[in-house]
Amino acid sequence: MRSTEGTGCADTTTALTLHINGERQERTVDNRTSLLDLLREDLRLTGAKKGCDHGQCGACTVLLDGRRVNSCLLLAVAADGTEVTTVEGLADGDALHPLQEAFLAHDGFQCGFCTPGQICSGVAAIAEAAEGWPSAVTPDGVPDGPVELSGGEVRERMSGNICRCGAYVNIIDAVREAAR
Amino acid sequence: MKPFRYETATDPAAAVDLLSRRPRAAFLGGGTNLVDLMKLGVEVPEMLVDVSRLPFDEITETEDGGLRVGATVRNSTLAVHPLVRRRYPVLSQALLAGASPQLRNLATIGGNLLQRTRCTYFQDIGKPCNKRRPGSGCPARSGIHRDLAVLGASQHCVATHPSDMAVALTALDATVHCVSAEGTRTLPVAELHRLPGDAPERDTVLEHGELITAVELPPPAPAARSAYRKARERASYAFALASVAADLRVSDGTVQHVRLAFGALAAKPWRARAAEAALVGQPATEESFGRALDQELAAAEPLRDNGYKIPLARRLAVAVLTDLAGADEGGAR
Repeated sequence: MRSTEGTGCADTTTALTLHINGERQERTVDNRTSLLDLLREDLRLTGAKKGCDHGQCGACTVLLDGRRVNSCLLLAVAADGTEVTTVEGLADGDALHPLQEAFLAHDGFQCGFCTPGQICSGVAAIAEAAEGWPSAVTPDGVPDGPVELSGGEVRERMSGNICRCGAYVNIIDAVREAAR
Repeated sequence: MKPFRYETATDPAAAVDLLSRRPRAAFLGGGTNLVDLMKLGVEVPEMLVDVSRLPFDEITETEDGGLRVGATVRNSTLAVHPLVRRRYPVLSQALLAGASPQLRNLATIGGNLLQRTRCTYFQDIGKPCNKRRPGSGCPARSGIHRDLAVLGASQHCVATHPSDMAVALTALDATVHCVSAEGTRTLPVAELHRLPGDAPERDTVLEHGELITAVELPPPAPAARSAYRKARERASYAFALASVAADLRVSDGTVQHVRLAFGALAAKPWRARAAEAALVGQPATEESFGRALDQELAAAEPLRDNGYKIPLARRLAVAVLTDLAGADEGGAR
Protein backbone atom coordinates (compact mmCIF):
# COMPACT_ATOMS: atom_id res chain seq x y z
CA MET A 1 0.00 0.00 0.00
CA ARG A 2 1.58 3.24 -1.14
CA SER A 3 0.23 6.16 0.81
CA THR A 4 0.24 9.90 0.43
CA GLU A 5 0.01 10.22 4.18
CA GLY A 6 3.02 11.60 6.02
CA THR A 7 5.04 12.40 2.92
CA GLY A 8 5.07 16.09 3.68
CA CYS A 9 2.96 17.01 0.65
CA ALA A 10 -0.74 17.65 0.75
CA ASP A 11 -2.64 14.38 0.97
CA THR A 12 -4.42 15.05 -2.30
CA THR A 13 -1.23 15.00 -4.37
CA THR A 14 0.92 12.07 -5.44
CA ALA A 15 4.48 11.65 -6.73
CA LEU A 16 4.73 9.57 -9.87
CA THR A 17 7.13 8.49 -12.59
CA LEU A 18 6.16 8.09 -16.21
CA HIS A 19 8.12 7.24 -19.32
CA ILE A 20 6.80 9.51 -22.02
CA ASN A 21 8.06 9.10 -25.57
CA GLY A 22 11.11 7.36 -24.13
CA GLU A 23 11.92 10.02 -21.54
CA ARG A 24 11.61 9.46 -17.82
CA GLN A 25 9.44 12.10 -16.18
CA GLU A 26 8.99 12.55 -12.44
CA ARG A 27 6.21 14.77 -11.20
CA THR A 28 4.06 15.39 -8.17
CA VAL A 29 0.53 15.89 -9.35
CA ASP A 30 -2.82 16.89 -7.92
CA ASN A 31 -4.71 13.57 -7.85
CA ARG A 32 -7.41 15.12 -10.04
CA THR A 33 -5.03 15.59 -12.98
CA SER A 34 -5.89 13.53 -16.03
CA LEU A 35 -3.04 12.08 -18.06
CA LEU A 36 -4.20 14.41 -20.85
CA ASP A 37 -3.83 17.51 -18.68
CA LEU A 38 -0.43 16.34 -17.44
CA LEU A 39 0.74 15.91 -21.04
CA ARG A 40 -0.64 19.18 -22.31
CA GLU A 41 -0.35 21.58 -19.40
CA ASP A 42 2.73 20.32 -17.59
CA LEU A 43 4.84 18.55 -20.20
CA ARG A 44 3.77 20.82 -23.06
CA LEU A 45 3.00 17.89 -25.29
CA THR A 46 -0.01 19.48 -26.94
CA GLY A 47 -0.48 16.90 -29.71
CA ALA A 48 -3.18 14.99 -27.84
CA LYS A 49 -6.25 17.23 -27.82
CA LYS A 50 -9.04 17.89 -25.35
CA GLY A 51 -12.17 17.53 -27.43
CA CYS A 52 -15.03 16.34 -25.24
CA ASP A 53 -13.04 15.45 -22.08
CA HIS A 54 -15.52 12.58 -21.53
CA GLY A 55 -14.06 9.71 -23.56
CA GLN A 56 -16.49 10.17 -26.42
CA CYS A 57 -14.44 11.82 -29.19
CA GLY A 58 -11.03 10.11 -29.14
CA ALA A 59 -9.02 13.32 -29.76
CA CYS A 60 -6.99 12.58 -26.60
CA THR A 61 -5.95 9.07 -27.69
CA VAL A 62 -2.41 8.04 -26.70
CA LEU A 63 -0.67 4.68 -26.35
CA LEU A 64 -0.29 3.36 -22.81
CA ASP A 65 2.19 0.46 -22.72
CA GLY A 66 1.41 0.11 -26.43
CA ARG A 67 -2.38 0.09 -26.07
CA ARG A 68 -4.58 2.96 -27.20
CA VAL A 69 -6.52 4.70 -24.43
CA ASN A 70 -8.48 7.91 -23.85
CA SER A 71 -6.02 10.00 -21.83
CA CYS A 72 -8.84 12.30 -20.65
CA LEU A 73 -10.43 9.51 -18.56
CA LEU A 74 -7.18 8.16 -17.16
CA LEU A 75 -6.00 9.80 -13.96
CA ALA A 76 -2.27 10.54 -14.19
CA VAL A 77 -1.75 8.83 -10.82
CA ALA A 78 -3.31 5.65 -12.22
CA ALA A 79 -0.75 5.70 -15.05
CA ASP A 80 2.24 5.72 -12.65
CA GLY A 81 5.05 3.54 -13.98
CA THR A 82 3.68 3.16 -17.50
CA GLU A 83 5.18 3.98 -20.87
CA VAL A 84 3.19 6.57 -22.77
CA THR A 85 3.56 7.29 -26.48
CA THR A 86 1.94 10.44 -27.84
CA VAL A 87 1.76 11.58 -31.44
CA GLU A 88 5.01 13.52 -30.79
CA GLY A 89 6.76 10.21 -30.14
CA LEU A 90 5.79 8.40 -33.34
CA ALA A 91 8.27 9.88 -35.79
CA ASP A 92 11.85 8.62 -35.96
CA GLY A 93 13.74 11.91 -35.95
CA ASP A 94 12.72 13.70 -39.14
CA ALA A 95 11.26 10.54 -40.64
CA LEU A 96 7.52 10.48 -40.09
CA HIS A 97 5.74 7.30 -39.00
CA PRO A 98 4.29 5.44 -42.02
CA LEU A 99 0.75 6.28 -40.85
CA GLN A 100 1.64 9.97 -40.61
CA GLU A 101 2.96 9.77 -44.19
CA ALA A 102 -0.23 8.00 -45.27
CA PHE A 103 -2.40 10.73 -43.70
CA LEU A 104 -0.46 13.30 -45.76
CA ALA A 105 -0.66 11.22 -48.95
CA HIS A 106 -4.41 10.66 -48.58
CA ASP A 107 -5.33 14.07 -47.18
CA GLY A 108 -6.72 12.38 -44.06
CA PHE A 109 -7.71 15.61 -42.31
CA GLN A 110 -9.10 19.08 -42.74
CA CYS A 111 -8.82 21.18 -39.57
CA GLY A 112 -6.43 18.70 -37.97
CA PHE A 113 -7.82 18.84 -34.44
CA CYS A 114 -8.70 15.14 -34.27
CA THR A 115 -5.64 14.04 -36.27
CA PRO A 116 -3.18 13.23 -33.43
CA GLY A 117 -5.84 11.05 -31.81
CA GLN A 118 -6.74 9.47 -35.15
CA ILE A 119 -3.10 8.64 -35.85
CA CYS A 120 -2.36 7.18 -32.40
CA SER A 121 -5.58 5.18 -32.63
CA GLY A 122 -4.76 4.03 -36.16
CA VAL A 123 -1.28 2.88 -35.18
CA ALA A 124 -2.82 0.70 -32.46
CA ALA A 125 -5.66 -0.49 -34.71
CA ILE A 126 -3.12 -1.75 -37.25
CA ALA A 127 -1.14 -3.52 -34.51
CA GLU A 128 -4.29 -5.13 -33.04
CA ALA A 129 -5.36 -6.47 -36.43
CA ALA A 130 -1.85 -7.82 -37.03
CA GLU A 131 -2.07 -9.61 -33.65
CA GLY A 132 -5.29 -11.24 -34.77
CA TRP A 133 -7.67 -9.30 -32.52
CA PRO A 134 -11.18 -9.60 -33.96
CA SER A 135 -13.58 -6.65 -34.10
CA ALA A 136 -17.38 -6.56 -33.98
CA VAL A 137 -17.46 -6.98 -37.77
CA THR A 138 -14.90 -9.78 -38.04
CA PRO A 139 -16.75 -12.95 -39.12
CA ASP A 140 -16.88 -15.68 -36.48
CA GLY A 141 -14.86 -18.77 -37.05
CA VAL A 142 -12.03 -17.06 -38.87
CA PRO A 143 -8.78 -18.79 -38.06
CA ASP A 144 -6.47 -17.14 -35.58
CA GLY A 145 -3.99 -14.89 -37.33
CA PRO A 146 -3.80 -11.39 -38.75
CA VAL A 147 -7.11 -9.76 -39.68
CA GLU A 148 -7.11 -8.03 -43.06
CA LEU A 149 -8.22 -4.42 -42.70
CA SER A 150 -11.13 -4.03 -45.10
CA GLY A 151 -12.94 -0.70 -45.22
CA GLY A 152 -15.57 -2.12 -42.89
CA GLU A 153 -12.95 -3.31 -40.43
CA VAL A 154 -11.28 0.12 -40.35
CA ARG A 155 -14.62 1.90 -39.86
CA GLU A 156 -15.45 -0.33 -36.88
CA ARG A 157 -11.96 -0.24 -35.38
CA MET A 158 -11.69 3.55 -35.70
CA SER A 159 -15.19 4.22 -34.34
CA GLY A 160 -13.76 5.67 -31.12
CA ASN A 161 -12.37 8.66 -33.04
CA ILE A 162 -14.74 11.36 -34.25
CA CYS A 163 -13.85 13.75 -37.10
CA ARG A 164 -16.27 16.67 -37.27
CA CYS A 165 -14.83 17.79 -40.63
CA GLY A 166 -15.87 14.42 -42.00
CA ALA A 167 -12.50 13.33 -43.40
CA TYR A 168 -13.41 9.71 -42.71
CA VAL A 169 -13.13 8.47 -46.29
CA ASN A 170 -9.52 9.58 -46.54
CA ILE A 171 -8.69 8.47 -42.99
CA ILE A 172 -9.85 4.96 -43.90
CA ASP A 173 -7.66 4.98 -47.02
CA ALA A 174 -4.67 6.18 -44.99
CA VAL A 175 -5.07 3.47 -42.33
CA ARG A 176 -5.52 0.76 -44.95
CA GLU A 177 -2.43 1.87 -46.84
CA ALA A 178 -0.26 1.99 -43.73
CA ALA A 179 -1.48 -1.49 -42.79
CA ARG A 180 -0.23 -3.01 -46.05
CA MET B 1 -13.83 18.10 -9.40
CA LYS B 2 -13.34 18.00 -5.64
CA PRO B 3 -9.88 17.05 -4.31
CA PHE B 4 -9.53 13.43 -3.21
CA ARG B 5 -6.95 11.12 -1.75
CA TYR B 6 -5.54 8.31 -3.83
CA GLU B 7 -4.22 4.96 -2.63
CA THR B 8 -2.89 2.06 -4.68
CA ALA B 9 -4.09 -1.25 -3.30
CA THR B 10 -1.59 -4.08 -3.41
CA ASP B 11 -3.74 -6.65 -1.65
CA PRO B 12 -7.51 -7.02 -1.53
CA ALA B 13 -7.81 -7.11 2.26
CA ALA B 14 -6.19 -3.69 2.59
CA ALA B 15 -8.38 -2.29 -0.18
CA VAL B 16 -11.52 -3.58 1.50
CA ASP B 17 -10.35 -2.26 4.86
CA LEU B 18 -9.72 1.24 3.48
CA LEU B 19 -13.22 1.43 2.05
CA SER B 20 -14.92 -0.13 5.05
CA ARG B 21 -13.60 2.65 7.26
CA ARG B 22 -14.65 5.43 4.84
CA PRO B 23 -18.24 5.68 3.65
CA ARG B 24 -17.25 8.19 0.96
CA ALA B 25 -14.32 6.26 -0.52
CA ALA B 26 -14.61 4.34 -3.78
CA PHE B 27 -12.74 1.61 -5.63
CA LEU B 28 -11.13 2.73 -8.89
CA GLY B 29 -10.84 0.23 -11.75
CA GLY B 30 -10.22 1.49 -15.29
CA GLY B 31 -12.02 4.70 -14.41
CA THR B 32 -13.85 5.05 -17.72
CA ASN B 33 -17.17 5.60 -15.95
CA LEU B 34 -16.14 6.70 -12.44
CA VAL B 35 -13.70 9.43 -13.55
CA ASP B 36 -16.29 10.70 -16.00
CA LEU B 37 -18.92 10.83 -13.23
CA MET B 38 -16.42 12.69 -11.01
CA LYS B 39 -15.96 15.29 -13.76
CA LEU B 40 -19.73 15.66 -13.90
CA GLY B 41 -19.97 16.02 -10.12
CA VAL B 42 -22.20 12.94 -9.86
CA GLU B 43 -19.59 11.03 -7.85
CA VAL B 44 -17.67 12.95 -5.20
CA PRO B 45 -15.40 10.44 -3.43
CA GLU B 46 -13.06 11.61 -0.66
CA MET B 47 -10.64 8.83 -1.54
CA LEU B 48 -10.03 6.55 -4.51
CA VAL B 49 -8.58 3.13 -3.78
CA ASP B 50 -7.04 1.98 -7.05
CA VAL B 51 -7.71 -1.75 -7.34
CA SER B 52 -6.68 -2.01 -11.00
CA ARG B 53 -3.23 -3.32 -10.05
CA LEU B 54 -4.43 -6.08 -7.74
CA PRO B 55 -3.28 -9.52 -8.88
CA PHE B 56 -6.62 -10.34 -10.52
CA ASP B 57 -5.55 -9.99 -14.14
CA GLU B 58 -5.57 -13.63 -15.23
CA ILE B 59 -7.93 -15.73 -17.31
CA THR B 60 -7.66 -19.38 -16.26
CA GLU B 61 -9.51 -22.60 -17.00
CA THR B 62 -11.29 -24.06 -14.00
CA GLU B 63 -11.19 -27.75 -13.04
CA ASP B 64 -14.72 -28.32 -14.31
CA GLY B 65 -13.92 -26.90 -17.75
CA GLY B 66 -15.19 -23.38 -17.13
CA LEU B 67 -13.26 -20.14 -17.15
CA ARG B 68 -12.28 -17.84 -14.30
CA VAL B 69 -11.74 -14.22 -15.27
CA GLY B 70 -9.98 -11.91 -12.83
CA ALA B 71 -11.78 -8.66 -12.06
CA THR B 72 -8.96 -6.45 -13.34
CA VAL B 73 -8.73 -8.12 -16.75
CA ARG B 74 -9.39 -5.43 -19.34
CA ASN B 75 -12.47 -5.73 -21.55
CA SER B 76 -10.38 -5.94 -24.74
CA THR B 77 -8.20 -8.73 -23.32
CA LEU B 78 -11.23 -10.87 -22.49
CA ALA B 79 -12.93 -10.15 -25.84
CA VAL B 80 -10.04 -11.46 -27.91
CA HIS B 81 -9.03 -14.38 -25.67
CA PRO B 82 -8.93 -17.57 -27.80
CA LEU B 83 -10.93 -19.66 -25.29
CA VAL B 84 -13.63 -16.99 -25.04
CA ARG B 85 -13.89 -16.68 -28.82
CA ARG B 86 -14.09 -20.45 -29.22
CA ARG B 87 -16.29 -21.49 -26.26
CA TYR B 88 -18.30 -18.38 -25.41
CA PRO B 89 -18.75 -16.43 -28.66
CA VAL B 90 -21.71 -14.55 -27.14
CA LEU B 91 -19.35 -13.03 -24.56
CA SER B 92 -16.68 -12.02 -27.09
CA GLN B 93 -19.36 -10.49 -29.33
CA ALA B 94 -20.98 -8.59 -26.45
CA LEU B 95 -17.65 -7.13 -25.34
CA LEU B 96 -16.72 -6.09 -28.87
CA ALA B 97 -20.14 -4.46 -29.29
CA GLY B 98 -19.49 -2.23 -26.25
CA ALA B 99 -17.85 1.20 -26.13
CA SER B 100 -14.76 1.91 -28.27
CA PRO B 101 -11.38 0.16 -28.56
CA GLN B 102 -9.77 2.86 -26.40
CA LEU B 103 -12.35 2.45 -23.64
CA ARG B 104 -12.23 -1.36 -23.80
CA ASN B 105 -8.46 -1.18 -23.26
CA LEU B 106 -8.97 0.69 -19.97
CA ALA B 107 -12.24 -0.76 -18.66
CA THR B 108 -11.98 -3.71 -16.25
CA ILE B 109 -14.38 -6.64 -15.97
CA GLY B 110 -15.35 -5.72 -12.41
CA GLY B 111 -15.84 -2.09 -13.37
CA ASN B 112 -17.94 -2.99 -16.40
CA LEU B 113 -20.41 -4.78 -14.10
CA LEU B 114 -20.53 -1.83 -11.71
CA GLN B 115 -20.90 0.99 -14.24
CA ARG B 116 -23.83 3.32 -13.64
CA THR B 117 -26.81 4.13 -15.82
CA ARG B 118 -26.43 6.65 -18.64
CA CYS B 119 -29.86 8.18 -17.92
CA THR B 120 -29.62 11.89 -18.81
CA TYR B 121 -31.06 12.99 -15.48
CA PHE B 122 -28.72 10.81 -13.43
CA GLN B 123 -25.73 12.43 -15.15
CA ASP B 124 -26.97 16.02 -14.76
CA ILE B 125 -26.53 17.28 -11.19
CA GLY B 126 -28.81 20.24 -11.97
CA LYS B 127 -31.79 17.88 -12.24
CA PRO B 128 -33.66 15.76 -9.72
CA CYS B 129 -32.90 12.02 -9.77
CA ASN B 130 -33.89 9.42 -7.21
CA LYS B 131 -30.87 7.28 -8.04
CA ARG B 132 -28.41 10.12 -7.48
CA ARG B 133 -30.34 12.01 -4.77
CA PRO B 134 -32.95 9.75 -3.15
CA GLY B 135 -36.33 11.39 -2.78
CA SER B 136 -35.66 14.20 -5.27
CA GLY B 137 -37.95 12.75 -7.92
CA CYS B 138 -37.68 11.19 -11.39
CA PRO B 139 -38.11 13.61 -14.30
CA ALA B 140 -37.48 10.80 -16.80
CA ARG B 141 -40.96 9.30 -16.50
CA SER B 142 -42.49 12.36 -18.12
CA GLY B 143 -39.31 13.64 -19.78
CA ILE B 144 -36.57 12.09 -21.90
CA HIS B 145 -36.91 8.32 -21.62
CA ARG B 146 -36.53 6.90 -25.13
CA ASP B 147 -33.50 4.87 -23.98
CA LEU B 148 -34.94 3.82 -20.63
CA ALA B 149 -36.58 0.78 -19.07
CA VAL B 150 -39.70 -1.08 -20.16
CA LEU B 151 -39.30 -3.98 -17.72
CA GLY B 152 -38.96 -4.02 -13.94
CA ALA B 153 -39.00 -0.25 -13.47
CA SER B 154 -40.74 1.57 -10.61
CA GLN B 155 -42.41 4.90 -9.91
CA HIS B 156 -39.06 6.03 -8.55
CA CYS B 157 -36.71 5.08 -11.37
CA VAL B 158 -36.75 3.90 -15.00
CA ALA B 159 -32.96 3.67 -15.51
CA THR B 160 -31.39 0.91 -17.61
CA HIS B 161 -28.11 -0.85 -16.99
CA PRO B 162 -25.77 0.00 -19.88
CA SER B 163 -23.45 -3.03 -19.97
CA ASP B 164 -23.35 -5.39 -22.97
CA MET B 165 -20.96 -7.81 -21.27
CA ALA B 166 -23.28 -8.32 -18.29
CA VAL B 167 -26.06 -9.45 -20.62
CA ALA B 168 -23.87 -12.20 -22.08
CA LEU B 169 -22.67 -13.23 -18.60
CA THR B 170 -26.28 -13.47 -17.44
CA ALA B 171 -27.23 -15.72 -20.33
CA LEU B 172 -24.17 -17.89 -19.61
CA ASP B 173 -25.09 -18.42 -15.93
CA ALA B 174 -21.83 -16.78 -14.83
CA THR B 175 -21.09 -16.07 -11.17
CA VAL B 176 -19.34 -13.18 -9.41
CA HIS B 177 -16.75 -13.74 -6.67
CA CYS B 178 -16.57 -10.99 -4.06
CA VAL B 179 -14.61 -10.21 -0.92
CA SER B 180 -15.60 -7.93 1.96
CA ALA B 181 -14.70 -7.38 5.60
CA GLU B 182 -17.14 -10.22 6.40
CA GLY B 183 -15.40 -12.70 4.10
CA THR B 184 -15.99 -13.97 0.60
CA ARG B 185 -19.16 -14.82 -1.28
CA THR B 186 -20.19 -15.95 -4.74
CA LEU B 187 -23.42 -14.98 -6.42
CA PRO B 188 -24.93 -15.37 -9.89
CA VAL B 189 -24.39 -12.37 -12.20
CA ALA B 190 -28.17 -12.50 -12.68
CA GLU B 191 -28.58 -11.64 -8.99
CA LEU B 192 -25.90 -8.93 -8.81
CA HIS B 193 -27.98 -6.01 -10.05
CA ARG B 194 -31.19 -4.81 -8.38
CA LEU B 195 -34.46 -3.61 -9.80
CA PRO B 196 -35.10 -0.09 -8.50
CA GLY B 197 -38.18 -0.59 -6.32
CA ASP B 198 -38.16 2.20 -3.74
CA ALA B 199 -34.35 2.26 -3.41
CA PRO B 200 -33.02 3.08 -6.89
CA GLU B 201 -29.83 4.49 -5.37
CA ARG B 202 -28.65 0.91 -4.87
CA ASP B 203 -27.66 -0.52 -8.28
CA THR B 204 -26.43 -3.85 -6.93
CA VAL B 205 -26.69 -6.10 -3.89
CA LEU B 206 -23.03 -5.45 -3.01
CA GLU B 207 -22.32 -3.67 0.27
CA HIS B 208 -20.03 -0.64 0.52
CA GLY B 209 -16.48 -1.98 0.59
CA GLU B 210 -17.37 -5.27 -1.07
CA LEU B 211 -14.95 -5.92 -3.93
CA ILE B 212 -15.47 -8.06 -7.03
CA THR B 213 -12.41 -10.28 -7.46
CA ALA B 214 -13.44 -12.51 -10.38
CA VAL B 215 -16.18 -13.64 -12.71
CA GLU B 216 -16.56 -17.36 -13.31
CA LEU B 217 -18.09 -18.97 -16.37
CA PRO B 218 -19.47 -22.51 -16.07
CA PRO B 219 -18.43 -24.94 -18.81
CA PRO B 220 -20.26 -24.20 -22.07
CA ALA B 221 -23.54 -26.11 -22.45
CA PRO B 222 -22.75 -29.17 -24.58
CA ALA B 223 -23.34 -28.65 -28.29
CA ALA B 224 -25.03 -25.29 -27.74
CA ARG B 225 -24.38 -22.25 -29.93
CA SER B 226 -24.42 -18.69 -28.68
CA ALA B 227 -24.63 -15.18 -30.10
CA TYR B 228 -25.14 -11.54 -29.13
CA ARG B 229 -27.00 -8.96 -31.13
CA LYS B 230 -27.39 -5.27 -30.36
CA ALA B 231 -29.58 -2.58 -31.88
CA ARG B 232 -28.39 1.01 -31.58
CA GLU B 233 -28.77 4.35 -33.32
CA ARG B 234 -25.50 4.14 -35.23
CA ALA B 235 -23.42 1.24 -36.49
CA SER B 236 -20.84 1.36 -33.71
CA TYR B 237 -19.86 3.01 -30.44
CA ALA B 238 -23.30 3.64 -28.97
CA PHE B 239 -25.29 2.18 -26.12
CA ALA B 240 -27.95 -0.39 -26.93
CA LEU B 241 -31.58 0.48 -27.53
CA ALA B 242 -32.14 -3.24 -27.04
CA SER B 243 -29.80 -6.20 -27.13
CA VAL B 244 -30.06 -9.95 -26.76
CA ALA B 245 -27.71 -12.73 -25.69
CA ALA B 246 -28.75 -16.27 -26.55
CA ASP B 247 -27.38 -19.76 -26.02
CA LEU B 248 -29.30 -22.50 -27.84
CA ARG B 249 -29.16 -26.22 -28.58
CA VAL B 250 -31.56 -27.75 -31.04
CA SER B 251 -31.87 -31.45 -31.82
CA ASP B 252 -34.19 -32.95 -34.43
CA GLY B 253 -35.86 -29.59 -34.81
CA THR B 254 -36.67 -29.33 -31.09
CA VAL B 255 -35.27 -26.89 -28.54
CA GLN B 256 -33.21 -28.88 -26.02
CA HIS B 257 -31.56 -26.02 -24.16
CA VAL B 258 -32.01 -22.26 -24.26
CA ARG B 259 -30.66 -19.33 -22.28
CA LEU B 260 -31.84 -15.87 -23.18
CA ALA B 261 -31.10 -12.43 -21.72
CA PHE B 262 -31.96 -8.89 -22.80
CA GLY B 263 -29.95 -5.71 -22.41
CA ALA B 264 -31.16 -2.10 -22.26
CA LEU B 265 -34.69 -3.05 -21.21
CA ALA B 266 -34.29 -2.88 -17.41
CA ALA B 267 -32.07 -1.81 -14.52
CA LYS B 268 -30.42 -5.22 -14.76
CA PRO B 269 -29.65 -7.68 -17.54
CA TRP B 270 -33.08 -9.25 -18.08
CA ARG B 271 -32.98 -13.02 -17.98
CA ALA B 272 -35.95 -14.22 -20.04
CA ARG B 273 -36.91 -17.18 -17.88
CA ALA B 274 -40.54 -17.27 -18.99
CA ALA B 275 -39.50 -17.50 -22.63
CA GLU B 276 -36.91 -20.17 -21.81
CA ALA B 277 -39.46 -22.30 -19.95
CA ALA B 278 -41.94 -21.91 -22.81
CA LEU B 279 -39.39 -23.01 -25.42
CA VAL B 280 -37.82 -26.19 -24.09
CA GLY B 281 -39.29 -29.16 -25.95
CA GLN B 282 -40.94 -26.92 -28.55
CA PRO B 283 -40.15 -26.83 -32.28
CA ALA B 284 -37.25 -24.50 -33.09
CA THR B 285 -39.27 -22.30 -35.42
CA GLU B 286 -39.84 -18.57 -35.75
CA GLU B 287 -43.44 -19.12 -34.66
CA SER B 288 -42.60 -20.78 -31.36
CA PHE B 289 -39.77 -18.33 -30.70
CA GLY B 290 -42.21 -15.47 -31.27
CA ARG B 291 -44.86 -16.97 -28.99
CA ALA B 292 -42.34 -17.48 -26.18
CA LEU B 293 -41.06 -13.92 -26.56
CA ASP B 294 -44.61 -12.56 -26.40
CA GLN B 295 -45.05 -14.38 -23.09
CA GLU B 296 -41.85 -12.86 -21.73
CA LEU B 297 -42.54 -9.34 -22.94
CA ALA B 298 -46.18 -9.31 -21.77
CA ALA B 299 -44.83 -7.89 -18.50
CA ALA B 300 -43.44 -4.81 -20.25
CA GLU B 301 -44.76 -1.40 -19.20
CA PRO B 302 -43.62 1.15 -21.75
CA LEU B 303 -43.62 4.89 -21.19
CA ARG B 304 -44.71 7.47 -23.80
CA ASP B 305 -41.58 7.22 -25.99
CA ASN B 306 -39.97 3.84 -25.39
CA GLY B 307 -42.65 1.37 -26.47
CA TYR B 308 -40.66 0.69 -29.67
CA LYS B 309 -38.28 -1.35 -27.52
CA ILE B 310 -40.79 -4.18 -27.13
CA PRO B 311 -41.15 -5.18 -30.81
CA LEU B 312 -37.45 -4.38 -31.31
CA ALA B 313 -36.38 -6.76 -28.53
CA ARG B 314 -38.81 -9.41 -29.78
CA ARG B 315 -37.51 -9.26 -33.35
CA LEU B 316 -33.88 -9.24 -32.23
CA ALA B 317 -34.44 -12.34 -30.11
CA VAL B 318 -36.44 -14.19 -32.77
CA ALA B 319 -33.75 -13.40 -35.36
CA VAL B 320 -30.89 -14.53 -33.14
CA LEU B 321 -32.64 -17.75 -32.10
CA THR B 322 -33.62 -18.50 -35.70
CA ASP B 323 -30.04 -17.96 -36.87
CA LEU B 324 -28.67 -20.18 -34.12
CA ALA B 325 -31.24 -22.90 -34.82
CA GLY B 326 -30.50 -22.74 -38.55
CA ALA B 327 -26.78 -22.99 -37.98
CA ASP B 328 -27.41 -26.00 -35.74
CA GLU B 329 -29.52 -27.78 -38.34
CA GLY B 330 -26.85 -27.04 -40.93
CA GLY B 331 -24.39 -28.97 -38.79
CA ALA B 332 -21.95 -26.06 -38.97
CA ARG B 333 -20.61 -26.91 -35.57
